[in-house]
Amino acid sequence: MSDLGWIEAALVSARPEAVAALLRYFRDLDTAEEAFQEASLRALRTWPENGPPRNVAGWLVMVGRNAALDVARRTGRHVTLSEDHGAPAVDDAEQELVEYLDASAYRDDILRLMFVCCHPALPATQQIALALRIVCGLPVPQIARAFLVGESAMEQRITRAKARIAAAGVGFEEPGPVERSERLAAVLATAYLTFNEGYSALGDTAGARAPLCDEAIRLARLLLRLFPSEPEVMGLLSLLLLQHSRHAARFDDDGQVILLDDQDRRKWSRRAVVEGVTLVEKAMRHGSPGPYQVQAAIAALHARARTPEETDWAGIDQLYAALERHAPSPVVTLNRSVAIARVQGPAAGLAALEPLAKVLDGYFNFHGVRGAFLMQLGRTSEAKVSFDRAISLARTVPEAAHIRAHLDRMEGCTGRLEDGSLS
Amino acid sequence: MKVFSMLYAVLCYNQEDVVGSRSQAEDDAVMGRLQTVNDRLAKAGRLGPVARLLPTTAAATLRKSDPPLIIDGPFSETKEQLLGFWIVDCQSLDEAVAVARDLASADPGGAYEIRPLALYQAGDVAQ
Repeated sequence: MSDLGWIEAALVSARPEAVAALLRYFRDLDTAEEAFQEASLRALRTWPENGPPRNVAGWLVMVGRNAALDVARRTGRHVTLSEDHGAPAVDDAEQELVEYLDASAYRDDILRLMFVCCHPALPATQQIALALRIVCGLPVPQIARAFLVGESAMEQRITRAKARIAAAGVGFEEPGPVERSERLAAVLATAYLTFNEGYSALGDTAGARAPLCDEAIRLARLLLRLFPSEPEVMGLLSLLLLQHSRHAARFDDDGQVILLDDQDRRKWSRRAVVEGVTLVEKAMRHGSPGPYQVQAAIAALHARARTPEETDWAGIDQLYAALERHAPSPVVTLNRSVAIARVQGPAAGLAALEPLAKVLDGYFNFHGVRGAFLMQLGRTSEAKVSFDRAISLARTVPEAAHIRAHLDRMEGCTGRLEDGSLS
Repeated sequence: MKVFSMLYAVLCYNQEDVVGSRSQAEDDAVMGRLQTVNDRLAKAGRLGPVARLLPTTAAATLRKSDPPLIIDGPFSETKEQLLGFWIVDCQSLDEAVAVARDLASADPGGAYEIRPLALYQAGDVAQ
């Protein structure tokens, strides 16, 4: 590997820890970020010659902090420092920094940094943008591309988000257990949303949005390193890895979505499947299930099946039943109806679906799945009504094309049951 | 007649968060260069099994206390040293833990870390 490549990777991996410590020290996001940028520039200048420091994050904190203090001294800018020094003030203090960074405080620092970005006062899109910028260090142009907006618009969005956080205020004292778990839940939710932004992208935008999936997985990994015994964190990372394991099989050459049953399973990433399956099994051993674990367990049953026919639909039905208890929603029941239909036949699936008719009337997948059940039952004219409704609700060309394919197959009487939400 | 030869294990250590922050292209390049070395060794009939482990976040550790204790995460004591390893084919983590328990009952003391593999090449070397 080239020196610069190694430095890039080291900076990226040390970033959350270093920015978090600088945030604790300066109590201001912009100052912390600028300090980290300055330290990164110096790293790029000096590491190729001197080699990397033993403790990368500690070096970046020390150099960044000193650089920011220099700037403040030169410009007379007022800098607020924490009373409990986020890092020792002596100059040649690498050893002390190592001890500081090894202390358990750094976990709360990183969690705080992530929570600042995932603050409930922010709308979801701003949370994601901020987390990508501040925690992951993605450049603004790349974030702008992922959200299909111009660079200046994204710059503004991030600035506005920072202003809102400053107004909302985030505590810098050590969080209590309840606050810590609330922060963790908010951060997990943002990682999940970030992944979905990338995962749900179709066609032309899929390429620009793919990094969102990688970054979400990186966030989940970081969280699991901080909380190695939290089953829901294992569940989230497992879920993201298992969904992402299919990415090479999800689209055809024209950018059309390939549904789960039709995917070439040899293109699934075995490495991601093995890691995801192991993580959810490890989580389940704790006997404390939650929504991410259950969703991961469902994804694991799909991932384990070498052919669609091997899928353990009865197990998936049971897991959806558990998910209905943990995180009830009409969409969960809709997905469960597909599993029920696979186990007990389309009539049972249709019966499970009917109570949702009102609440999901405006939802593409509801009509797609309902049409598929009706088609299976030979109720062709009713199926056609459902499919027409689905096409009218389709948000993307591939969605509509998928339903049209159903209609075409119905003409040829070779219809198959498929879950429109699985791909 | 075959010349005298010995088997050596070469164990890989690095910071996994840094390795995990490599871009895909960079990781592919590293793996490609390693494969060139592997191929050379394999051609000479000198290469046994090669494995790349998944991150330690996927690890569990069986501490061989009485009764044995399963802990989340990798083996992290420094008083004990790596003495050997098994590669076992399992259908689940529970199966792998059961194997470790069997081994633990045969050889108490210390710990077994259980970690899934990212990559495995069986290799072919005879002694």
